[in-house]
Amino acid sequence: MSATTAMEVNAEARRILAVSISKLYASRTQRGGLRLHRSLLLSMVMRSARDIYHSSRECEELCGAPPTSEEAMETGPVEQTVQLPEPLTEPRQPAASAVEPPSEEPDSGDEGSDGELAEDKENMSPTRQSRKRRGKAAAAPDFLPSKRARLEPGEERHAALPTSCRAGAGESLAALSLNRVIPAF
Amino acid sequence: IAGSHGSVFECDMQWCFSQVKGAIDDDVAEADIISTVEFNHTGELLATGDKGGRVVIFQQEIENKNQPQFRSEYNVYSTFQSHEPEFDYLKSLEIEEKINKIRWLPQKNAAQFLLSTNDKTIKLWKISERDKRPEGYNLKEEDGRYKDPNTITGLRVPVLIPMDLMVEASPRRVFANAHTYHINSISVNSDDETYLSADDLRINLWNLEITDRSFNIVDIKPANMEELTEVITAAEFHPLQCNTFVYSSSKGTIRLCDMRASALCDKHSKLFEEPEDPSNRSFFSEIISSISDVKFSHNGRYMMTRDYLSVKIWDLNMENRPVETYQVHEYLRSKLCSLYENDCIFDKFECCWNGDDSVVMTGSYNNFFRMFDRGQRRDMTLEASRENSKPMQVLKPRKVCAGGKRKKDEISVDSLDFNKKILHTAWHPQDNIIAVATTNNLYIFQDKVN
Repeated sequence: MSATTAMEVNAEARRILAVSISKLYASRTQRGGLRLHRSLLLSMVMRSARDIYHSSRECEELCGAPPTSEEAMETGPVEQTVQLPEPLTEPRQPAASAVEPPSEEPDSGDEGSDGELAEDKENMSPTRQSRKRRGKAAAAPDFLPSKRARLEPGEERHAALPTSCRAGAGESLAALSLNRVIPAF
Repeated sequence: IAGSHGSVFECDMQWCFSQVKGAIDDDVAEADIISTVEFNHTGELLATGDKGGRVVIFQQEIENKNQPQFRSEYNVYSTFQSHEPEFDYLKSLEIEEKINKIRWLPQKNAAQFLLSTNDKTIKLWKISERDKRPEGYNLKEEDGRYKDPNTITGLRVPVLIPMDLMVEASPRRVFANAHTYHINSISVNSDDETYLSADDLRINLWNLEITDRSFNIVDIKPANMEELTEVITAAEFHPLQCNTFVYSSSKGTIRLCDMRASALCDKHSKLFEEPEDPSNRSFFSEIISSISDVKFSHNGRYMMTRDYLSVKIWDLNMENRPVETYQVHEYLRSKLCSLYENDCIFDKFECCWNGDDSVVMTGSYNNFFRMFDRGQRRDMTLEASRENSKPMQVLKPRKVCAGGKRKKDEISVDSLDFNKKILHTAWHPQDNIIAVATTNNLYIFQDKVN
């Protein structure tokens, strides 16, 4: 998986996590009380989203080292991250077009929810969020400009990157197979 | 009367609008939302329950029964408040009065009986007719006031005189305090003595006469609730074998249990499960595989399950996969994320069989409902709408365009109204008459008579 794809996956997983948490909180005030079935399904979605979120962050970390020529682009607006070259977006397009626009929101929208998410993770007792931090992922919050590769529209991805990503990702990527993640979106 | 023998798709059989019940108002009052629909065993009575805790029973017009084109006329027979909102003071929780399920008892005498349930309490209602009243009391006037004894000079026997038909509903039994979690199903046993009630984690067996105790026959609550992975979503007794029942789970499995095997049926006799298609795996796989309804066929050889996207028919003798699978609205598979956000992915659709088990029906969005002919391997999409509600108007089959170029008369997926959902449908047990509930209206359709 490429670092940029991982970033999209990461954003989507975060969004689903945020939506799920708000649903969980809303269900507490519903007439008739907490519904066990609904809460169970919500927690399952959150668990999947959390797992994918952590895995994709790990992948980002591992694929993170960009060639120096690309660093100059990192300060560009985040919207450009979703304009991937055709070959990479092909399998994702049907799903991406079906998903509503919020998936392409700029990071400023995610900023708040990311902060909330970090807090809410502590409180999410039903799902017993794992507090295990994986390396640099904890140190560098997503919403800050990072040293990760970002592409201008039409930019071709360096052929070596996917390979190096796969080689370096090890266990977590193997666990997160593409055909599981990509249809999720 | 045309029976439901053979397929509704033969000879270009078509469906016609008959009646619609409920307010025309677009502004739907929450209490009017229909939450359950059920024909009785003869099909003469049709009961609906709503979110406001009311039960409305419609009766088929007998005079019209012999005129094929008018046989689906149903008029209000009885209306009563079944459940009221309650408050659980210990847990500080409000208990909704919404009627989750209604099940009729087979008729044994002049009165009709039905079970209705909300989240916590099941009630047995007796619905009886009164068409005579006594007149000519000695001590009372006609209006009920007591006479002055000094004015009584004679003695007479009161007589019964005809009166306008009055239908009375009275609660005969209240089965309460047996469920910690929310009741999702009730099912009357073929032994005419017992019934089961199921909540998220437990199934209880009741005797219809005894309200102060019930037997727990299934308990899937784990010792540690954090280990909970699945809940019970529906349960039903076998229509012919009084010792057999099934229950479905949120993981897409169905367990068949035999009450003769042991008192606590935690060990299933059969486990019906289809392996998941790995290519369809997504974030929401678990949600969409959760079974929302399970129904035995009338002949007891098959059962049907409904999950979010499909209807599956299982042969009770084959556990490893369904014998038939019908896609209800496969075009929604790519929209699961949006449907999760707007909560539609949690909608619980029901399904039903026709009288001879040749056709199955279930609801969808945009007030569409779907029929699948098992023999002919054909399916049909119809719409319940006020626009198509002229008397005897033939319903035109609808088609959803999943992608690509939209043909004329097709509707595109993005134009579907996800607020208009048909969750509850019922099929007359002996005839081609169907009842389809939109949010707050009940549509009755019948097959076209030529």
